[in-house]
Amino acid sequence: MSDFALSGVSKRFGDILAVDDISLEVENGGFMALLGPTGAGKTTTLRLVAGLEAPDRGAIRIGEADVTRLPPAARDVAFVFQQYSLYPHLSVFDNLAFPLRSPVRRTPEDEIRRKVTETAALLRIDAKLGNSAARLSGGEMQRVAIGRALVRRPAIYLMDEPLSSLDAKLRAELRLELKRIQVELGATFLYVTHDQIEAMTMATRIGVIDGGRIVQVGAPREIYETPRSVYVATRLGQPRINLLPRAAAPDLAAPPGAETIGARTEHLRIVKTGSSSAHGKVERIEHLGDQNHLHIRIQGQDVVTLADPDAGLSVGDDIGVSFVNPLFFDIRGDRIGAAP
Amino acid sequence: MAEIKVEQLRKAFGDFVAVQASDFVVGDGEFFCLLGPSGCGKTTTLRMIAGLELPSSGRILLGSEDVTFKRAAERDIAFVFQFFALYPHMNVRQNIAFPLKAQGMGRAERAKRVAEAARILQIEPLLERSVAGLSSGDRQRVALGRAIVRNPKAFLMDEPLGALDSELRHAMTGELRALHDRLHATTIYVTHDQLEAMSMADRVAVMNRGVVEQIGTPREIYDRPASVFVADFIGSPAMNLLTFSGRLEAGATEVHLGGAKVAAPRLRESLPERELLLGVRPEAVLIDEASPLRGAVFGAEYLGTTQIVAITTDFGPLRARLPADVAMRVGESVGLAFRPEKLSLFDKASGRAIHTALHQGAAHV
Repeated sequence: MSDFALSGVSKRFGDILAVDDISLEVENGGFMALLGPTGAGKTTTLRLVAGLEAPDRGAIRIGEADVTRLPPAARDVAFVFQQYSLYPHLSVFDNLAFPLRSPVRRTPEDEIRRKVTETAALLRIDAKLGNSAARLSGGEMQRVAIGRALVRRPAIYLMDEPLSSLDAKLRAELRLELKRIQVELGATFLYVTHDQIEAMTMATRIGVIDGGRIVQVGAPREIYETPRSVYVATRLGQPRINLLPRAAAPDLAAPPGAETIGARTEHLRIVKTGSSSAHGKVERIEHLGDQNHLHIRIQGQDVVTLADPDAGLSVGDDIGVSFVNPLFFDIRGDRIGAAP
Repeated sequence: MAEIKVEQLRKAFGDFVAVQASDFVVGDGEFFCLLGPSGCGKTTTLRMIAGLELPSSGRILLGSEDVTFKRAAERDIAFVFQFFALYPHMNVRQNIAFPLKAQGMGRAERAKRVAEAARILQIEPLLERSVAGLSSGDRQRVALGRAIVRNPKAFLMDEPLGALDSELRHAMTGELRALHDRLHATTIYVTHDQLEAMSMADRVAVMNRGVVEQIGTPREIYDRPASVFVADFIGSPAMNLLTFSGRLEAGATEVHLGGAKVAAPRLRESLPERELLLGVRPEAVLIDEASPLRGAVFGAEYLGTTQIVAITTDFGPLRARLPADVAMRVGESVGLAFRPEKLSLFDKASGRAIHTALHQGAAHV
């Protein structure tokens, strides 16, 4: 296990600057999630750390070693991709043992047996070791793929959306398991995802990435509560943060330069009509299964919050809305009061 | 547009029964979801309705017409797949027009239909573009366009959004539902993603191992699951199922978990002593220090506005969705209470829901 760092790393593909001067440090045993939409540069960043791409500029360090020019095999990293690539003709055991049997490693067979059994137990696939890989369910296959990375004890683990091909239920289960394993092993993870729930629940720190640049790095709570910009604020939180023009709440005290009010569920107090800084109407209650979203309309603006089951609101109700310490953004979309 | 009726529809592949005799009616203009895990028979059911698979027995009616043995091409149904099969050498307009051209429709009528589909899907600016350069969302819109232009009696969709990333998928579910509200086309939509089903469907059929376990509106399925399978499959995190044993008396308004009394919807049936499951949605769990029902905090997942707190109890593990500002220490003992109007009860051995004032029992299908 070790720490690693990127300093001033850039990578261009033709006209596209995929990674733009990224500097990032991940401590030993840390879980860094890179969060961003498709095309933001998160996978390229991961591939640069893996050695699958060479940077145009900048340096990559793993532990004490500068690995910038080293081939992937010399970097002591393990990776897991979104699409599990197992050997279908091999058993689960042999799939897990495969990385250990590589001729450069020369692991003795009894040690292979021990490590494979241990890893299988950790991932709860020990009962399936004798099965052929082709006969596993999707969730089991992905566990084997993750297991193949875990049988080794590399300096760092690189994971590229390892859960995104699974259904919601399995994803939620494996999310917890993967986090537990990472903590148990004290492993260093760089984890790429566009799923904010994975980032929030698993990572010790999140790097929010936009157009090839890291726009904010911090603990999940920090990113959620004190986003640096509108862009970051909209990355986390379901329902999405409401962005209202300053003029929508003229009575609300706002700092100079405030153009936009950012209001999440916890920034809004909604009551059946009374004296409040804004008035509105309940338009719709959306039942999404796990949560109910309350759609309201204030001064011509649509606002979506988590429905409070005790509020007793129904469609058509007139409501009063007050803001409780909302976020304020300036004309450029930067949060007012954010650390530079 | 037409109603789709499925009667005792069954499909076996050799010894393996993919779909057990199923009955359901999809109303004219309804958005109907077949939801279930992989291998539950939902796609096979859809393929039989489409005419891509012949049933082993049973009937399929499209409107008043029996189409059970009609070929796919004769059914006037449009099919949209997960892997948008667009013709890469044709532009968007040609791709959308293709099914009409194949039918031998004249040029003027074709142009009119394509323009109308493009307007509905808001892809008019893309019509002359090559499909090769399109984003995955736009490719999906073009694939939908190909289905819409035919003006079919019904749309069948097999995980059409499965290949998209989660953010786009969420945006597209909104678009699909809005599209449905404009076209009012009878639609059967297959998915394993409960969020898609919950946010789009008028009614959902939950399938498991070839059996339709429950048919209902998203609310009904969520609030009153007919079986343990449905309770566990719907919701994220899933419904908590606490195991306890007891005897049930019709008319009672509480159940006993060990020494703790838990208020429940009024029971409508009596059962002798047996293993039971109390079904509690994570958002129906309340922390109440005065409660004799205790648990120990195992961990918390922070989600911003809310958190999911894992709690171990003598009756099994429990997840609670609580506001994020409630501080929870790992190992701490907490008192637990539940919103009584949200509780379900199941017979553990059979998995069926027990009849209460809230539940109609297992009589949903």
